[in-house]
Amino acid sequence: MSAQKKKELQVAALENGTAIDHIPPCQLFKVADMLNLKELKNTITIGNNFHSKKMGTKGIIKISDKFFEEDVINRIALIAPNVVLNIIRDYEVVEKKTVTLPDELVGLVKCNNPKCITNNEPMPTRFDVIDNESGTVKCRYCERKINKEDIIIL
Amino acid sequence: MKSKSLVSIDQCSKEDILRILDNARKFEENPNRNLLEGKVAATLFFEPSTRTRLSFETAINRLGGKVIGFQDASTTSSSKGETLKDTILMVSNYADLIVMRHHLEGAAKYASEVTDISIINAGDGANQHPSQTMLDLYSIQKTQGKLTDLTITMVGDLKYGRTVHSLISGMSHFNPTFHFVAPDELRMPDEYKLFCDKHNIKYYEHTAFSEDVINESDILYMTRVQRERFTDLEEYQKVKNVYILKKKMLDNSRENLRVLHPLPRVNEIAYDVDDSPKAYFIQQARNGLFARQAIICEVLGITL
Repeated sequence: MSAQKKKELQVAALENGTAIDHIPPCQLFKVADMLNLKELKNTITIGNNFHSKKMGTKGIIKISDKFFEEDVINRIALIAPNVVLNIIRDYEVVEKKTVTLPDELVGLVKCNNPKCITNNEPMPTRFDVIDNESGTVKCRYCERKINKEDIIIL
Repeated sequence: MKSKSLVSIDQCSKEDILRILDNARKFEENPNRNLLEGKVAATLFFEPSTRTRLSFETAINRLGGKVIGFQDASTTSSSKGETLKDTILMVSNYADLIVMRHHLEGAAKYASEVTDISIINAGDGANQHPSQTMLDLYSIQKTQGKLTDLTITMVGDLKYGRTVHSLISGMSHFNPTFHFVAPDELRMPDEYKLFCDKHNIKYYEHTAFSEDVINESDILYMTRVQRERFTDLEEYQKVKNVYILKKKMLDNSRENLRVLHPLPRVNEIAYDVDDSPKAYFIQQARNGLFARQAIICEVLGITL
């Protein structure tokens, strides 16, 4: 068996579905949480610490028969901005996509201002992404700005 | 104004501000107008603020409206754990307008999203207090005869003082020049300086509160330097008396200079300043009545 073939067989091939590639290993399970994979009945393969030429090691998630809405999948740009989405139909990659942070994040990020209404009332948080490059977000309610490295995912 | 609620001064365009100030002037000429006849306004003060509440309630009364509300949340259902949303929706069944003060930041914005009736933010924690900014703008316009091309010196706590931050935003339409006078620990945050850069607004920073700066100014906006803002008490001891305005410091100031302060003051304006015709902070508070009458009419779509 060729080296190439062996490598491909490390995870099961998908007939139809989405393969999320180049996930930083430390973010793999957060990505799984963010996409709410534990609620899905689809066949899911999760692999971590694969060798990657680009990033040393990486995680991969393959989900059968699942194609995510853009605004759902774009959320993961918050923690894994460089992932590659492979859309697979009939064993072929028909589309490769990258993720971009949406303009608005609803119910995703915790406001780190303890005096913010969102931390004291049963309500979803809303953040505007004010700087796509640096990943700075701003709370729609208390107007607190949060830098990317200080973002806490709900 | 985009919505019929006033949550932040940032919502207001230049035209909105000028229209509201024009109406405030009309209310100053004649404050008693029956424009709210048959209407009920709720003043919900989840956090006490006697000054602001009295000003709003006087405004409603002089407009011929009726007032319901509370001034202490400990006597209401929110002390039993009722959510803000439920309180707002309940009051929305009774009133045509809600004026609210809350200790949590973003509370008024959230309230404006859950109800169909108008919300006026009367202060949400350290965040926004747009009627204060409107009365500051009205006071500036009234004493200077214009809003454009003025030099405004802000003194004291420029880091945490929400009134100075909102005033920068409100004045940004009118080509101001700012002097920021503050101790190092309480300097104007970068965010607001970047805002000035973006809007081509000139500003100068000083740590010394000198007569040179005062003598260049049209408006001297004083704020309180609070001890609890300092991490280093020694630093506080050093600066606490540096940012106090005394009457003799006004000797060579411009004829049109006026001293403003959002009140309450503690010791940052010496009492001898009160005798100066340039002291304006008490009249400034009175202007709040007219500004608030104008804001109430604005959010309710009432034209004068």
